[in-house]
Amino acid sequence: MRLWIPFAVSAGSLLVIASFVGAGWDAPPVETTQIGYRGTGMYLEQDVEKLEALKASNVAPVAPWEADPEGDRAGDLYENVQVLGDLSDDQFNQFMAAITEWIAPEQGCEYCHDLENLAADTNYRKVVARRMIQMNQAINVDWGDHVGTTGVTCYTCHRGQHIPVNYWYDDQEPKPASNMSRAGQNVAGKFSGNTSLPQNALMDYLMGNETIRVHGLTPLPTGSTTAGIKETERTWSLMMYMSESLGVNCVTCHNSRAFNDWDQSPPQRVTAWHGIQLTRALNTDYMTGLAPVFPEERKGPEGDVFKVGCATCHNGVQKPLYGASMLQDYVNALDTKGPTDVPDYSTYVPSETEVMGTGTPAPATPSSSSALPSTTSVAAAED
Amino acid sequence: MSQYQNILTIVQVTGPVEEGLPLPRGDSARIGKPQMSRLLGWIGNAQLGPIYLGYLGSLSLLFGFIAFEIIGLNMLASVGWNPIQFVRQLFWLGLEPPPAHYGITVLPPLNDGGWWLMAGFFLTISVLLWWVRVYRRARALELGTHVAWAFASAIWLFLVLGFIRPLLMGNFSEAVPFGIFPHLDWTAAFSIRYGNLYYNPFHCLSIVFLYGSVLLFAMHGATILAVGKYGGERELEQITDRGTASERAALFWRWTMGFNATMESVHRWAWWFAILTPLTGGIGILLTGTVVDNWYLWGMEHGLVSPLPDIYPDVIDPAGVQ
Repeated sequence: MRLWIPFAVSAGSLLVIASFVGAGWDAPPVETTQIGYRGTGMYLEQDVEKLEALKASNVAPVAPWEADPEGDRAGDLYENVQVLGDLSDDQFNQFMAAITEWIAPEQGCEYCHDLENLAADTNYRKVVARRMIQMNQAINVDWGDHVGTTGVTCYTCHRGQHIPVNYWYDDQEPKPASNMSRAGQNVAGKFSGNTSLPQNALMDYLMGNETIRVHGLTPLPTGSTTAGIKETERTWSLMMYMSESLGVNCVTCHNSRAFNDWDQSPPQRVTAWHGIQLTRALNTDYMTGLAPVFPEERKGPEGDVFKVGCATCHNGVQKPLYGASMLQDYVNALDTKGPTDVPDYSTYVPSETEVMGTGTPAPATPSSSSALPSTTSVAAAED
Repeated sequence: MSQYQNILTIVQVTGPVEEGLPLPRGDSARIGKPQMSRLLGWIGNAQLGPIYLGYLGSLSLLFGFIAFEIIGLNMLASVGWNPIQFVRQLFWLGLEPPPAHYGITVLPPLNDGGWWLMAGFFLTISVLLWWVRVYRRARALELGTHVAWAFASAIWLFLVLGFIRPLLMGNFSEAVPFGIFPHLDWTAAFSIRYGNLYYNPFHCLSIVFLYGSVLLFAMHGATILAVGKYGGERELEQITDRGTASERAALFWRWTMGFNATMESVHRWAWWFAILTPLTGGIGILLTGTVVDNWYLWGMEHGLVSPLPDIYPDVIDPAGVQ
């Protein structure tokens, strides 16, 4: 027997095994659900095994206890309660117990509070948590177009972790040689569904305000659509990220024969559109505003703060926690807007600043407290 | 008696190597000492070499090598000269054409599309030289030039994608990047941007000819293998001196579908289908963005698109809601 034969056979088998084991295919059985009009090929394909794992890991926890809304207000009882002052004592403590389970079940209160002085803002995490509570309230009150009446709580993203598992940041790795450019694409992108599409599309669309729409709107060229192939690839990268984040295919929101046509798009696309606006607002108004407070290890390799994307809440599921609402147990804490003032975070000094309050009002940026762009219907209703 | 099996040619005849015809005056000599390979004999002719390179072939290989090196080194540089990343991400790596703001600048900065233009230039020269070589070798052997014209059809599509259409669009950023996944991304993004290539009639034609080529190839290959035991593989002889293999093959198809090609005409079928695949495809690409901006809407106007009932009456573009 010649030597090359066993070598070739083993190399071949290794390649076959690697491509089956390593590539993360959706192995059969696959569940197919028709979600569009007949003949349009609009089917939701889901890997049954992965689906079971997702169902097991997306269960809403029960509230620590049912809080009594009566009694003295937390703002009168405790010092330095800036956002949750309108809660009753019992509601306040119930929410603190819940947030501990949601974010730091092992470290407990100590994770955010100085146990000697619970009111002090010396721990940066307490300052962040306060802002995140404001964010959570704003999402539930102002962004019904996306979160409906289900709403979100800290747990929607945190799931018992200090930092939500799915966040994103400015991703430049692997860096090209010093004077080279690869046009921001052509590597397996962390935030583009492992495709070779532009790896930082989220920066343009979920942080920046760039135009996602690339289609020509007339049969013949009129010069009205300036987007080319490269812009299309960037949009597509965002779409891959969204698809991976929600565990859905393109056809959940689009009729793929005319991606841009709203008349043929399922209503999920409208919800997703508001989700993009929401995510932009969260990143510009809340996450980046906290940049002076976050220490180095809470920032990406390029020094930017970790940011919110679709996957942060959705965690691979079309409706976070399969649509289970936890809000009824925390109506006053998370479904009601408390004070929306923003302190000037650049004045924050860790372990020195006792009260990070609005006594030092913020400059123009970070911009608003409601994080509401003028284009939403909610904004229109408020006007 | 020799047999032609389905997978490998089992019976191989070995003998003195075949040197080929004497070359015309002025042609360079063929190079390489011919040798026999049993392995090659399983899948083709057992004799390897000699090869005719000549100055066209040599230059073509040289330019092709330059293009290959430019692309490969750019890919390596794009991951910071890291050989491990180069191997891991090989299918992801690419070399992008210049960004849109350069338009059709002849040579933008090398690291901003300039290398892409250079690679494209050398690759085009290489391919064109190889075409001339194919044409001239056919003439030297006093053959028809069918292979050259089939190759020219593929070159047409290549030039439309990377050169002619970008020129018409006034922008090299519209051209195809080099790289395995990057060029596939381009293909899909091209279809998305220009409103679904599915509704481009020349795309339809190209697919018909592509799938038709596959079908014809399968039918013809199967027919010849099936009559192999009657000497059916000697196709050309059977064109003029029809033997039992040809008779049986013809009868088979006449019985199954009424009509049959001949030992000669089946090759004409296959050749035209193959040629028309990139020819029509190239026309379809050329019209996209230049003459038609949204194939779906174009298809609506011309009755290509099947209408759907309004099943989402409540969905309206939220960007328009104020």
